[in-house]
Amino acid sequence: MDKFTVLDLLDLDLHDYNALHLSCIAGRKGLVKTIDRMDLNRPGLALTGFYKTFAAHRVQVFSLAEHEYLKEIEQSGDRSSVQQLFSYPIPFCVFCRNLKPGDWFLEMAEKAGVPVLTTSLPSSEFSVRIIRTLGDILAPQEKQHAVMVEVFGMGVLIKGESGVGKSETALELLERGHRLVSDDSVLLKCFSGKIIMGFSDDRVLSHHMEIRGLGIINVSQIFGVRSIRDKKQVQMVINLEEWDSSKNYDRLGTTEQKSDILGVQIPTFDIPVKPGRNIPVIIETAALNERLKQKGHYAAKEFNKNLIQMLESENARKMYQDNY
Amino acid sequence: MVQKNTKVKNRAGLHARPAAMIVQAASQFESTIYIEKGSEKINAKSIMGILTMGAGYDTEVVISAEGADEQGALDALYSLFESRFEEE
Repeated sequence: MDKFTVLDLLDLDLHDYNALHLSCIAGRKGLVKTIDRMDLNRPGLALTGFYKTFAAHRVQVFSLAEHEYLKEIEQSGDRSSVQQLFSYPIPFCVFCRNLKPGDWFLEMAEKAGVPVLTTSLPSSEFSVRIIRTLGDILAPQEKQHAVMVEVFGMGVLIKGESGVGKSETALELLERGHRLVSDDSVLLKCFSGKIIMGFSDDRVLSHHMEIRGLGIINVSQIFGVRSIRDKKQVQMVINLEEWDSSKNYDRLGTTEQKSDILGVQIPTFDIPVKPGRNIPVIIETAALNERLKQKGHYAAKEFNKNLIQMLESENARKMYQDNY
Repeated sequence: MVQKNTKVKNRAGLHARPAAMIVQAASQFESTIYIEKGSEKINAKSIMGILTMGAGYDTEVVISAEGADEQGALDALYSLFESRFEEE
């Protein structure tokens, strides 16, 4: 992702319980400042003049207490601690509960080029919302050349070389009532270090597919709105590859292959492609089998366990018969 | 691996026709070819990838190729950008 600036934050189209209700009241020239971390800081201690371990790169949140303290600073006339605050590279200051600092504060911010924003939210609610928002935006991310679909509620990332049939497979899955997240280029983000979320690329250009011989098609217009999703957690990866007779494909399914996406291990299946193999049905089955595994039913392992039990009991019976 | 920096030189940017030209040119080669714009790295054989990259006029891009015929692939794509995709 390119730099995320304060202006980008103001531009975000957030609704309901995500809305931040921000507006800028001073320091507009600082709106190009980048926000590069999701943490917040309450600058109470800093305002008293204590600047050791001051979190200068964080968003500075002012609420009732800080606002009252600023009034005292104004009366005392010693504004050095505020001056010092603005000497740090802080991305922006925000005043909660629609509080507004004195003009002297806004002038200092203007001079230092630090944006001052206000919000109608109380500080606790604002903190929760902005950490969630910045966490989503600043999450570790990468783009992958792949197709992402939702099959029976499972997020499936289909990978493979160009021309192996990823889009055609996705098309057949759409026809069977599953949903497309993104074709050809999927944005992957890692949340909380363990959830990988796949996004369609862009609102304007999303949910189009390229099918060789047809060109670009609009999926939501052809298959309807029920056939698309904007985002979905990646729960399994399918690698489509040309059938390679020298390679050993998994015949039992008792060992689990994983692939690493942004540090998270995701169950992975290498599916060989060859004329006559119905790949969409295989992916559907893999998705259902994976759901069973999540519910604790591991067919390959249970099968093997039952087999071992049967062999053991037969063995015991045989010993009995041999001896008597 | 070989790579080269260039810019989108046609006024209209990478719209459908130039993207198709890039993909067609890239698909002639065995090598894996990428086009990078900022932090985005796109497979040059993926038309939707190139289109959704949204590279407008004067955008800086890096073309890179890796494989047996990497130099040929790089030259072919670079000359496409240089020729402004036969546009204005």
